[in-house]
Amino acid sequence: MTVTLPASPRTQVGRRRSNTWVGWSFILPNFLGFAVLTLVPVIASLALAFLDWDSYSTPRWVGLANFERMIHNDTFWTALRNTAYYAVGHVPLTLCAALGFAVLLNQRLRGVRFFRTALFFPYITSLVAVAVVWNMLLSPELGPVNQFLRAIGIDHPPGWTTSTTWAMPAVILASVWRDLGYYMILYLAGLQTIPGELYEAAQVDGASGWQRFWNITVPSLRPTTFFVLIMLTISSFKVFDLVQVMTEGGPGRSTLVLSQVIFREGITQGRFGYSSAVSMVLFVIVLTITVVQFQWQRRSER
Amino acid sequence: MTLTISPPAPVEAPPAEVPRPRRRPSVRRAFAYLLLVVLSVAVLVPFAWMVSSSLKLDAEVFSVPIRWIPAEFHWDNFTRIWERIPLVTYLRNSVFLSLVITALQVLTGSFAAYGFAKVRFPGRDALFLAYLATIAVPWQAYMVPQYIIMQKAGLVNTHLSLILLQAFGAFGVFLMRQYYLTIPDELSEAARLDGLSEYGIWARIILPLSKPALASLALLTFVNTWNDYMGPFIYLTDNKLWTIQLGLRSFVGLYDAEYAMIMTGSVLSVLPILVIFLLGQKYFVQGIATSGMK
Repeated sequence: MTVTLPASPRTQVGRRRSNTWVGWSFILPNFLGFAVLTLVPVIASLALAFLDWDSYSTPRWVGLANFERMIHNDTFWTALRNTAYYAVGHVPLTLCAALGFAVLLNQRLRGVRFFRTALFFPYITSLVAVAVVWNMLLSPELGPVNQFLRAIGIDHPPGWTTSTTWAMPAVILASVWRDLGYYMILYLAGLQTIPGELYEAAQVDGASGWQRFWNITVPSLRPTTFFVLIMLTISSFKVFDLVQVMTEGGPGRSTLVLSQVIFREGITQGRFGYSSAVSMVLFVIVLTITVVQFQWQRRSER
Repeated sequence: MTLTISPPAPVEAPPAEVPRPRRRPSVRRAFAYLLLVVLSVAVLVPFAWMVSSSLKLDAEVFSVPIRWIPAEFHWDNFTRIWERIPLVTYLRNSVFLSLVITALQVLTGSFAAYGFAKVRFPGRDALFLAYLATIAVPWQAYMVPQYIIMQKAGLVNTHLSLILLQAFGAFGVFLMRQYYLTIPDELSEAARLDGLSEYGIWARIILPLSKPALASLALLTFVNTWNDYMGPFIYLTDNKLWTIQLGLRSFVGLYDAEYAMIMTGSVLSVLPILVIFLLGQKYFVQGIATSGMK
């Protein structure tokens, strides 16, 4: 708030005090809910990891015991590996698909608006419907995907969600399909900021479409790509609902991910301390990715 | 950035005196078109399959070869499903939760955003940082403490638990604040000189100016709540409280061979979202572009 007249010290203090009062009154309705149900749990989850606390026992400080149990636990490592596997598949495929569609849709073609709308729609389709439809599409015997694969000469198409080796690729496939529209929108926003003169100049110099893509489009989109990469990686490590509905972590433990371990240990079994140790791992992974990617971005900008 | 915005200035227009490169872009354009159509069809196949199967008999869903257009349209699937599962209850619960959560999120979010964007007071920026920091923490990392709080408060298995958990999210505050920052301060200064209180400025000046952002926030929140699976899955055990997502999932679990009916349910769960999306797609995309890019 700007004060144009030289105010006496007393009114200044008074105004600041009333501003504080007014400011807080605006924030308070939201802040109460936010503080109790987000801020407190976030802080509590840090402390909980060092407690031995089941739903029926009283909390007891045990130091690093939960973490010790975790690193000797086979299920934890399986879930961590599976989550990393999912990320390694989901991130590059979604990024490439989103960028590809964005570049295609950034042209002056008839019906572009329809395509943009259609490609975005999977992102807001209800997750249960997505999981159910993909489970049927990927049905091993008579599903349309395997019928198609047989038609093009693949005699033994994968068993998808019924096979321990192919369940994760099936989940990745469905997730790429679902998410590409969202990142496509971000890329389209990025493409709008590239000045057209750059392309005109390159065309005058005789650069091919491919060369223009690699030498103009890709470098100009670096900030967008950076952002997309962070968002994608973080969301990959948080993957939860799609796996829960599509495979429930199976067959066996072949698609079990970290979030499911936290859910099963913490909420189903009521092991609050141990599950918080696992969630701290998830948190540290997400934090590390963000920090590393920011550092990398800063270095490459120099 | 919107879905409806036109692409940037034409890149392909050659200088008037050089007629030569006319042909090549048109070949390229045809190719781009073909690629786009093929890829888009591939992306849309799951929807086509869903709609087509929802109008078939169970035995016809997995046919060899695939019949994309049902031999006979079984529209009665869409009437029979209401008798098979308590769909009315599920839909009512979903509508109730989505409306209440959206209303509270928009109201408290835009109110708090005014405090963060337009009122200056000590500690404000530190407080906003706390909001931002929690956006970065994955929800899964603190869902257990949240659950403990709800359990201690006796709110597990009530709609109130989900309302409290989702109505005060940091996202709404963040989105609205970003928008308020683009509204010039001179407007509120002038209103202040005219003797309007801060609450009056919020209600009479800022709110009417931020309709597009309010629409974005409302639509995104509504769709997110409607589609939410994990929240209801964790908190609601009583069948009477279930949302359409939980109801559909349980139907799939119970009658996994009733393929056509499962697809009918899926179509019904997606339909409201499709209508809302088609009506307000501009705001969806604006919301994503603002919250995403800043």
